[in-house]
Order: sequence, then structure tokens, then C-alpha cells
Amino acid sequence: MTISGVALLAICTLLGGLLGDLLGVALGVKANVGGVGIAMMFLIAARLWLMRHGQLSHGLKTGVEFWGSFYIPIVVAMAAQQNVVAAVKGGPVVVIAGIGAVMVCFAMVALIGRLSGRVETMDEIEAREAEALAGPVPHFKSGRIG
Amino acid sequence: MNMISHVLAANALITAFAAVGILMWISGAISKYLTFGRIHASAIAIMLGLALAFFGGLATGGEKGVADFPALAGIGLMGGAMLRDFAIVATAFEVDVVHARKAGAIGAIALGLGTVVPFILGVFVAAAFGYTDAVSMTTIGAGAVTYIVGPVTGAAIGASSPVIALSIATGVFKAVIVMIGTPFVAKMIGLNNPRSAMVFGGLMGTVSGVSGGLAATDRRLVPYGALTATFHTGLGCLVAPSILYFAVRAIVGE
Repeated sequence: MTISGVALLAICTLLGGLLGDLLGVALGVKANVGGVGIAMMFLIAARLWLMRHGQLSHGLKTGVEFWGSFYIPIVVAMAAQQNVVAAVKGGPVVVIAGIGAVMVCFAMVALIGRLSGRVETMDEIEAREAEALAGPVPHFKSGRIG
Repeated sequence: MNMISHVLAANALITAFAAVGILMWISGAISKYLTFGRIHASAIAIMLGLALAFFGGLATGGEKGVADFPALAGIGLMGGAMLRDFAIVATAFEVDVVHARKAGAIGAIALGLGTVVPFILGVFVAAAFGYTDAVSMTTIGAGAVTYIVGPVTGAAIGASSPVIALSIATGVFKAVIVMIGTPFVAKMIGLNNPRSAMVFGGLMGTVSGVSGGLAATDRRLVPYGALTATFHTGLGCLVAPSILYFAVRAIVGE
């Protein structure tokens, strides 16, 4: 049933929100501490459990996946109701934080790549696989034909 | 005219579905014909949403973007915290734990760095522009992680709407730069194998940014990047309003 998926999602979201609020109280802040993240972990755990027990029905999946596929439109609606006029006054923050974050992350990708040694590139993997397919013909250079 | 606005206002949430749907169609067309698929339709739609909120705010003088127009009040419900959290939690359903193991330790390291490093940078930029309270700094820092983590964090810890708008805009801007910039730096950062694609996905986050950027670089790398990127938002939503917020609070005070 579709509703069981929607209900499962709702229960996970509510439990996550509740635990987030409780955590906030326990830690003495007026905030929901990681509620959405906790709810996501519940949902992942629920999916694993359902899969192991063969209970992951098509209807249940539909119920959850519909809402998952709805998330970009909801984010668009969220963007459309913000106080952007006030935010524009802080304009440069967006540009500087955005560019800065991307630059630093690009550099980290390069760094991790260098530190962890060389691996086969995508072209090499495909060339090797093509060679394996071509069979035992010696000295036959396959791959990278196209 | 009066009748139309009455129907629209009486069916507020339905009107919002229609309005956002039309906006998504327009964004899809812009993405396809004006940017040749370079910039993902979702990023364009969010930018259009922010732009509409700007003009809506100018027109109505209100604080809630287009939701201040009576006919579009449903946008407020559709994009409000309730449905937003609901939909974001639902995306976790696509996370496959078996796949997660494939990414391995290096994927986990990339994910951790991809959350903490942009966050710290965002916090510093926020501080440089005079946002000195822990809530605003955390929210803008979270926006530098992704455009989802920003508003989720902001709502959870009680940030103001302008600050949340800033964090969304920062995240969207980051996603757009990733989409456009990746092909140009791909060679320099060694983006030509599955492992570096997974590291890239974990560090950059935003699935739309990563898949758009990798598709423009080398289509075969997309699934590897998306594999780690899908965990990025969940991890961010978990740590930004908790550990990272407390860290900021411990340093700058309330």
C-alpha cells in the first residue's frame, strides 16, 4: 500500500524531529539538533530491515519515493519565500563563500588524488576490458578504437 | 479576475504545485536551450525562485517573498519546514548501504572533509561580513556545504529569513560553479578515474552540481561521483545543526 510508505516516512520524520528536540533540551540549546539527519538514519535502517525480511513492497516504495522525487520542487518553493530583499544587502557573502568553497574543494580532490597514489584511469580500464574481450590474440592492440 | 484569484487562494497548496511546476518547465527549457544542459534545471529553478522572491519582496514589501501575494500563499506551505523536512528525509530511501561500502575509507574521508572544510570557510566569510552571532555564522557555513544543509540548519537553530536566503544562495552558487567549472579543472585535479570521481562527489556534495559537472567532463564518471554525493546532504543535515553548531558556539559564544 502506498500509505504504508508515506506513514513510514512520516513516523521516521516525527521520531527524528522529536529526538532532535530532546537532544536540544538535553544540551541546553533552543534548537532541533540534527533531527533531519537522525530521521534519515531511521529511514535507512527501516529500509534495510524491510529488505532483509522481504517486506519491501512496491506500494511502500512508491509512497516514499514520491516524496523523495518531490524534494527539488519543494526546495524551489522554499527559495521563493525567503526574504531575499534583505539578503541582497549581504550580497558579496554569497559570491565569496561560494567561490571559496569550490576552490578549496577542487584543491582537496587534487591533493587526495596525489597522496593516495596512481590508479587506472577510465580510458585504461576500458582499454583493458576491451583487450580481455578481444581474447588471447597476442600483440593485438585493442581498445581506443573509437 | 476576482474569481480567478479567489480560486487560486482557496486552493493555495494546489496553486503552489502548479506554479512551481510551471517554473520547473521554464527552467528545464532554459537549461536545455540556453545553457545546452551545462547548468542543471534544478539549479536554474532555485535561482529563479530566489529571483521571484526578490521581486515579490519589492512588490509587496513583505518578508516572505512570493508567499506574501495572497494567491501564492500556498508556496509558503509547500516550501515550509514541514514538507521540506519530509521530502528531504525521503531522499535517504535511495541510499544503498551496500553501495556505501564500495566507496570505502577514501569516500568517507572525502565526505568528512567535504562537510567540514566548506563549513569553516563559510563561517569565516560570514564573520568577515559582520555576522557575529553563532546562529547566523553556522547557517551561512552550512549553506557553503549545500543549499539543503543551509536552510535545514537555519530552521533547526532558529536563523532569520535573510540569513537563510543567503545560505540557500551560497549553496546554489556553489553548485553552479561546480557544474560549469569542473570540465575546466578536471585535468588539473586528476579527474579521470572512478576513485577520484568518488572523492570529488564526497567533497563537492550537491548531487546536481556533481552529476552536472562530471557529465560535462566524462559521462562514465557520473555514477561514481553520485555514489558519494548522495551521502553528503544527509551527513550535513546531521552534523551542521549539532556538532558544528556547538563548535561555533563554543568559539564565539551565543
